[in-house]
Amino acid sequence: MAHNVLVVGELAGGSPTSTTLELLGGAQGLAAGGSVSVALLGTGASAAAAKAAGASKAFVSDDAGYDAVKAEQWLAALEVAVDQSGADLVLIAQSSAGREIGPRLAARKKTAVAMDCAKIEDAGGLKFTRPAYGGNALATYSIATSPAIATVRAKSFEEATGAGAGEVVQLPAAGASRTNITGMEKAVSAGLQITDATVVVSGGRGLGAPEGFKVVEELAAAIGNDKAAVGASRAAVDLGWYPPSQQVGLTGKVVNPDLYIAVAISGASQHMAGCSGSKTIVAINRDKDANIFGFAKYGIVGDWKAIVPALIEEIKKAK
Amino acid sequence: MHIVVCAKQIPDPETPPSAFKIDAANNKVIPAQGIAPVLSQFDGIAAEAALRIKEANAGSKVTVISMGAESAQAAIKQVLAMGADEGVLLNDPAFEDGDSHTTATVLAAAIKKLGNVDAVFCGRQAADWDMGQVGLLVAEDLGWPVAIIAKGVAMGGAGLQVQRVLENGFESLETPLPAVVTVSNEFGEPRYPKLPQIMAAAKKTVTNWKLGDLGLDAGAVGKAGSRLKLEKLFIPEKGGKVELMEGDTPQAQAAALVARLQADKIL
Ligand SMILES: Cc1cc2nc3c(=O)[nH]c(=O)nc-3n(C[C@@H](O)[C@H](O)[C@H](O)COP(=O)(O)OP(=O)(O)OC[C@H]3O[C@@H](n4cnc5c(N)ncnc54)[C@H](O)[C@@H]3O)c2cc1C
Ligand SMILES: Cc1cc2nc3c(=O)[nH]c(=O)nc-3n(C[C@H](O)[C@H](O)[C@H](O)COP(=O)(O)OP(=O)(O)OC[C@H]3O[C@@H](n4cnc5c(N)ncnc54)[C@H](O)[C@@H]3O)c2cc1C
Repeated sequence: MAHNVLVVGELAGGSPTSTTLELLGGAQGLAAGGSVSVALLGTGASAAAAKAAGASKAFVSDDAGYDAVKAEQWLAALEVAVDQSGADLVLIAQSSAGREIGPRLAARKKTAVAMDCAKIEDAGGLKFTRPAYGGNALATYSIATSPAIATVRAKSFEEATGAGAGEVVQLPAAGASRTNITGMEKAVSAGLQITDATVVVSGGRGLGAPEGFKVVEELAAAIGNDKAAVGASRAAVDLGWYPPSQQVGLTGKVVNPDLYIAVAISGASQHMAGCSGSKTIVAINRDKDANIFGFAKYGIVGDWKAIVPALIEEIKKAK
Repeated sequence: MHIVVCAKQIPDPETPPSAFKIDAANNKVIPAQGIAPVLSQFDGIAAEAALRIKEANAGSKVTVISMGAESAQAAIKQVLAMGADEGVLLNDPAFEDGDSHTTATVLAAAIKKLGNVDAVFCGRQAADWDMGQVGLLVAEDLGWPVAIIAKGVAMGGAGLQVQRVLENGFESLETPLPAVVTVSNEFGEPRYPKLPQIMAAAKKTVTNWKLGDLGLDAGAVGKAGSRLKLEKLFIPEKGGKVELMEGDTPQAQAAALVARLQADKIL
C-alpha cells in the first residue's frame, strides 16, 4: 500500500545526518508510490533540504532557536509538518532528541509510537519490529491509529540516493518552551565516532581497571585511527572507566561496523542489542562459555592481558 | 515537595539467556523457574533520586505507585523500605496487556487522584519492554514539562535543575514544577535498605486502587485501549558457530586471527 511518509530530520554541520539519510532511504521503500517529506529545523535547514535525498518536499525553519533541541519547540513545528504532509507514517531517529519527540508527538496526535525499531515493513499493513527484554526477544507491532510513528535505530536502512527536496515549505520560528537549557558539555571522543567507524574495539569489566582501556585504544590505533574507534560495555562505563558517549548497547549506541572486537565483555543481551548487527564479531574472553562466543565468528579464549598485546604486534607486522 | 515515583515490577533482566523462554502462541514470556521478578533497575534509581530530594528539603514526601499484578506489592515495599512514605498499587484485570499509552493513562489518573503532586520520577525505561515512553506520556497526559534520561536532579532555579545524558555529552536543564523526570543509570546506585527498614516497610499498608477508583473507562485501558498492538514476540536467531583460534601461545592465536581477518578482507 502507498504511504505518505514524514521523516523528522536532524542536522549536523548544515547537512542532514547519516541517520536522517537512512530514514529517507527507508521512507523511499515504504512510500511505495506515496509521498516522502522531511522536516528540518535549525540553522541551514533550507539549504540542507537540497541534500535530503529521496524527499520531494521539505518542511523547514532556519531559526537558530531550534539548534539546541528543546522538544516543546520542535513538537509545535512538527505537528504542523505532520498535518500539512498528510503523513500516515512518521519516522524519527532513536537519538537523544528522537527518544523525547517520538512519544510526545504520539501523545499530541492521539496515536502511538513504536520505539527503537530495527525493521519496518509493509506486510499487509505496517509492521514494526524492535528488540525487547534487553535484546533477548524481538517484538513485532502494528499501530491501530494514524499516523503511525516509529523511532528507528541507526543503520536500519540504506541511505537514500537521488535528488533532494524540490519543494520547500516554511515552518514557524521556534516558539516557547517551559524547560530551559542552562548548560551544555560535549563529551565526544576526539576523532572517529563509534557509530561511523568501520571497526569498533570495545572493552568490558573484565579489563579489571581503567588502564585496560589504554591497551584497547592501542589496539584501535594499530588497526588505524581513520578506521577504528573504541567502545565500552555499560559495566565499564558505570565503573567510570570510559565515558557514557562510548557505551555500546541498548541504553548506549547502536553500532554496525564491519568488524567488532569485544575484549573482556561477557555478551549480555543488552550489550549485544547494540552490536549484533556487526558484519564480523571477534571475542576475546578467558571464559570459553561466555555468551559473546554465541555471537562471534572468531574467538580467542585467554587472558586479554596476553592476547591483546600479541594482537597489536601481529597487526603491525601484517601491515 | 511531594514526589511520586513510578515503579514497575519486571521479570529479572539478569535472567541468563538460556533460561529465557517465550510462549509463542500467547506472545508471553514464560517466567524462568526460581527467578523472582524484580523492581525495574532504573525505577530503583528514580526512587533514590526522589529520596535524596526529600532528605535535602524538609517536609517533603515520596509516594510510590505501581501498576501491575498483586506481586508488584514487593516492588512497592522495596521502595518503601528505601524510605518512601506511601505506596499505591494499581491492580485491576482491566489494566492488563495494555501498551505504554494505557499504562500512562492509569498512572496519570492515579497521580491526579493523589493530588498536590509536585513531581513524578520514572525510570528512563522499563528494563523488560525497554520502550522508554511511559514517563513522557504521563507528562503529556498531565500537561507537565518533562526532562528525560537524567543523571542528576535537584531543587533549584525555576523548580528543578536536571543534568541529562545526551548521545554526545551532557545538558543542564531547568524546569518549573510540576514536572516529570526520567532517571538513568548514570545517576548512581540506589541505596540498599537495611533489615529494620525492610521490616517496617513490610508492616505498612499499601493502598489499592482499581478501575472504578480512578474514574477510568474500561475501554480506555488495558488491551481494549491500546494503540500499539503486539503481534508477535519471538527469540531472534544468533549468529553462526564461533571458530576459536588455536595456538600454543597468545602470539600464535593472534597470528591465526589476523590471518582469518585478512583472508576475509576485513583487515
Ligand atoms: C501479555 C502482555 C501483552 C502485552 N501487549 C502489549 C501490546 O499489545 N502493545 C504494547 O505496546 N505493549 C504490550 N505489552 C507490554 C506493556 O504492557 C508495556 O509494559 C507497556 O507498553 C509499557 O512500556 P514499558 O514497559 O516499555 O515502559 P517504559 O515506557 O519503558 O517505562 C518507563 C518508566 O515508566 C514507569 N512505568 C512503566 N510501566 C509502569 C507500571 N506498570 N507501573 C508503574 N510505573 C511504570 C517506570 O518508571 C518506567 O521506568 C504487553 C505485555 C504483556 C505482559
Ligand atoms: C535495562 C538494561 C539496559 C542495559 N544496557 C546496556 C548497554 O547499553 N550496554 C551494555 O554493555 N550493557 C547494558 N546493560 C548491562 C548488561 O546487562 C551487562 O551487565 C553488561 O553488559 C556487562 O558488562 P561486561 O560484559 O563488561 O561485564 P561482565 O558481564 O562482568 O563480563 C566481563 C567479562 O570479562 C571476562 N574476563 C574477565 N577477566 C578477563 C581477562 N583477564 N581476560 C579476558 N576476559 C576476561 C569475563 O569472563 C566476562 O565474560 C543493561 C542492563 C539492563 C538491565
